[in-house]
Amino acid sequence: MSMARSKHLELIKTTKLYGDVKAVDAIDLTIDEGKYVCILGPSGCGKSSLLRMVAGHEVTSSGDIILANKNITDFPPTKRGTAMMFQNYALFPHLTVQDNIAFPLKMSGMEKAARYKQVDILLERVQLKSLHDRKPDQLSGGQQQRVALARAMITNPQILLLDEPLSALDPFLRTKIRAELKQLQRDLGISFLHVTHSQDEALALSDLVVVMNEGRIEQAATAKDVFNAPANEFVARFIGGHNIIETDNGKAAIRVDRVHLGRKSYASLPVSIQEIEFLGARVCIKVIDENGREFSVDMTDEMFFAHSFEIGASSFLSWEKEDVHQLAA
Amino acid sequence: MMEKRSQSFYFLAFFFIVFVLFLYGPVLTIGILSFQGPKGGLTFPMNGVSLHWFYDLFEEQAVGDFWGAFRRSFILGLMVMVTTVILSVMGGLAFRNKFNGSNFLFYLVISSLVIPSILISLGVGLIFNILDFEVHWSTSGFGAQLTWTLPFGLLIMFAVFNRFDSAYEEAARDLGASWWQTIRYVVLPIIAPSLIGVALFGFTLSYDEFARTLLTSGSRNTLPLEIFGMTTNVTTPVLYALGTMTTIFSLLIILTFLLITYVFGQRNRRQTSDAGKAIL
Repeated sequence: MSMARSKHLELIKTTKLYGDVKAVDAIDLTIDEGKYVCILGPSGCGKSSLLRMVAGHEVTSSGDIILANKNITDFPPTKRGTAMMFQNYALFPHLTVQDNIAFPLKMSGMEKAARYKQVDILLERVQLKSLHDRKPDQLSGGQQQRVALARAMITNPQILLLDEPLSALDPFLRTKIRAELKQLQRDLGISFLHVTHSQDEALALSDLVVVMNEGRIEQAATAKDVFNAPANEFVARFIGGHNIIETDNGKAAIRVDRVHLGRKSYASLPVSIQEIEFLGARVCIKVIDENGREFSVDMTDEMFFAHSFEIGASSFLSWEKEDVHQLAA
Repeated sequence: MMEKRSQSFYFLAFFFIVFVLFLYGPVLTIGILSFQGPKGGLTFPMNGVSLHWFYDLFEEQAVGDFWGAFRRSFILGLMVMVTTVILSVMGGLAFRNKFNGSNFLFYLVISSLVIPSILISLGVGLIFNILDFEVHWSTSGFGAQLTWTLPFGLLIMFAVFNRFDSAYEEAARDLGASWWQTIRYVVLPIIAPSLIGVALFGFTLSYDEFARTLLTSGSRNTLPLEIFGMTTNVTTPVLYALGTMTTIFSLLIILTFLLITYVFGQRNRRQTSDAGKAIL
């Protein structure tokens, strides 16, 4: 019983074909109930197609989508128990905040008074009560997003699908709304499936990060595992924060904050300093070895100012054996 | 100090003034002459100033039936307007998806803008005669005018739907709206302001259409045909009074549409603005 409940959303060989192109290539994925899941990947990796198939806005070419023990593969969007939040929110410009949120209730034939009563409860929750009679174009980006959320939530979905929900916001607001999203997901206790191309977003939000590339899943793991133990070179490069080195056993990744400059240890490599970026608490130094391979070194500002690193200077790059993470070929 | 204007400024300014004179000069001339005194003729000089010819317009006329013509033109304009709006929206929706032969169909529709109006008029009249249908302004005339207004309406709808974000429709479907509910509660309200434009276009194109109606209106004239007929028969400034009246009527129609747009906008703003509430 509990087994069945915890396996909430299941994708089984889910495939999307556009002509001969496999946008999503036989994906298998299981998402437990009440998890925040980010699908992360570069543009064109199939992440949006996957989300839209789950939402029912894209026909699934083959494979199955199971939600709460029901095969919803061919259900229309409303009957699936999913709700989608669109990239630019798609708030109806001619309707007030209140009527936007009440829209699904109106479509199902609920009376006005009853509609607004339900809407009020949600407006309270997203703290937009005072703005209930505004039009979308009179709201800030953050407020619009909360209206879109409320509108999606009023259908009581079992899973909320978010298509790049933060990309329309400026960087400052993005971090703030990001925290709000995570808190909301915890409060509601339903699963969020969130598509993004931002590594920071995925790491900050996810219980499960699904890294996609060319229609396939490269790795599905916790944020910690994806960052510390990337499955392969693609994940290591895409998630960032890693140097890729060649070893006798093939390629390996070392975190940029686990390589050291100016100190010899387990492995050391003569390099010259190419570039220095001061980022406040951290300093990022780009170095190049004799064979022209580039490495990044990330250190604290304390460490940086304790040495006298200069562009053009020669130094040694070193790392410890335990920090070398072997990558799958 | 003013910057020195370039030579091209003076040339273009001159050109523009000539253009404006050419555009409004005739209308103004007719407007002025319609106030000709009771003894005045069709040309300058003015023989006094009066409203005589406007009164005369409402009297029984020896030649012409312009109230009947006006009524027919008005009804025909409304018919064309409604049909154009409905069919343009439907056509616009249809053309959002590429279908087999959509390009061919598009050119087929648009080509009626290129074919000389008088030929279409002639053709429609001829076909009605051959098929032994009665040539009448509300049948053959109506159809001939639609060959003119529909392509225009369709082109406007293309522009409208090009800018229309289909995420609105997806969101509506996601939120449980049926196909018809999506059209009724989402698509139509969003494109409504553009529909006012299409309606205005449809009405005015029909109201002043001459060539396409010439051989398709049957025994009863529309207003432009009536006015044209009168230019050869009527020798008094009552003709100018009629011209002035119809121009004013056209302006009133445009004003009405602008007012509708304005009222819509105001109502929306009143519904939504709570600016200042915090102060009270």
